[in-house]
Amino acid sequence: MILATAIFDFHYALHIAPTILYAARITLLATVLAFLFAMIGGLMLALLRRSRWFFVRWTAMVCIELLRNTPLLIQLYIVFYVFPFYGLTLSPMVCGILGLGIQYSAYLSEVYRAGIENLQRGQWEACTALGFSSRRTWRRIVLPQILPPMAPVFGNYVIQMFKDTPLLATITVMELLGTALNDASHSFRYVEPITIVGATFLVLSYSSSIVVRKLERKFAVVH
Amino acid sequence: MNQDQLHLLLDAVPTTLEVFFLSLVFAVPLALLAGLARASKVRVLRWPAGIYIEVFRGTSVLVQVFFVFYVLPLYGVTLSPLVAGVVALGANFGAYGGEVVRAGVLSVSRDQREGALVLGMGPLLVMRRVILPQAWSPMLPPAGNLLIDLLKATALVSLITLTDLTFAGQELIQTTGNVTGIWLTVLVIYFLLSLPLRGFVSLLERLTRIPQSERTP
Repeated sequence: MILATAIFDFHYALHIAPTILYAARITLLATVLAFLFAMIGGLMLALLRRSRWFFVRWTAMVCIELLRNTPLLIQLYIVFYVFPFYGLTLSPMVCGILGLGIQYSAYLSEVYRAGIENLQRGQWEACTALGFSSRRTWRRIVLPQILPPMAPVFGNYVIQMFKDTPLLATITVMELLGTALNDASHSFRYVEPITIVGATFLVLSYSSSIVVRKLERKFAVVH
Repeated sequence: MNQDQLHLLLDAVPTTLEVFFLSLVFAVPLALLAGLARASKVRVLRWPAGIYIEVFRGTSVLVQVFFVFYVLPLYGVTLSPLVAGVVALGANFGAYGGEVVRAGVLSVSRDQREGALVLGMGPLLVMRRVILPQAWSPMLPPAGNLLIDLLKATALVSLITLTDLTFAGQELIQTTGNVTGIWLTVLVIYFLLSLPLRGFVSLLERLTRIPQSERTP
């Protein structure tokens, strides 16, 4: 009897697959929005870390280290459970996007930092010599040069973030895993829902990692 | 946040560390085996290792934790929460570590291997005395990051009823209602736990660094 229920039930799997796969749009939406947030947040953190005021620089560094070295789960709990105490009550989805976006801002700030530090000093000096404003230097000279080689690194972070989205289920976001667990709690069948979620993640992340590898080859640093 | 609450949180730290170290003990041999097999020229070794690495890297770690905890019992494999957490985290980080090992081994130049073979060393000796010692230093920075990631991932075992630091925080909030204080303290404790790890990794990096002049003639 136990074995009979354990064997993968294809009929049941086909029955629930559409619901679960439909939830993939929440997963993808969360990934895209959170990553856009992180791209902007990461740049801001990287700039704050280069600030000319010691206090700003130091605060940015502490924030980055704290965010990088602590579990995403706790950060999500803080956004979801603690923020409302300070008048910031957000929907679970927005909390999830914010939580993911904040942690990945810290990750990406390190990527920006590496990019900025790798830029030849002559580029900055030329901008100074030409009398460019700092705004113009960043927008026209620095960012256009550091962003393209960062594309594959960003790609890897997108995939990593995508694989972190199941954590949003813990703050009641109905993404892939949340939907699957919801189905499982009704039917008491865990095999099919969780397998479908795993397979979906595998297919999507493996195919995107092939794209990233192509990007890596394209932007390979030639020494 | 008073002293008693802090004590209750700190009492759960050993469980977090236990999950961390047991997963590490499980992940390191897996990573070495999978990484070496994946870097091998023999297809029978390379393919299974590749499938293992891609499957465990491609599906999310939380999904794997739930799979081990909820699905395996249906097939007659019932594991305690601790073992389930350790198996899932260990297998997942074994796969990530496998990629690190592979990249490290492949980073050693082919001349080194060929030179050692010409000197009459056997394949195992070449691996142990020539390739691995040189593969160490490129492997350390990514392996160090994985170590921190593993520590952070142990928080997931709170979702399969294990009383780790995160779980203790949740329980304490239910009895005290001190949401802000407890979550911020938990966050800081995780951060403090990560510091010695970072220190340990940078110490290893310094110890295994090969001077440039010795590496290239």
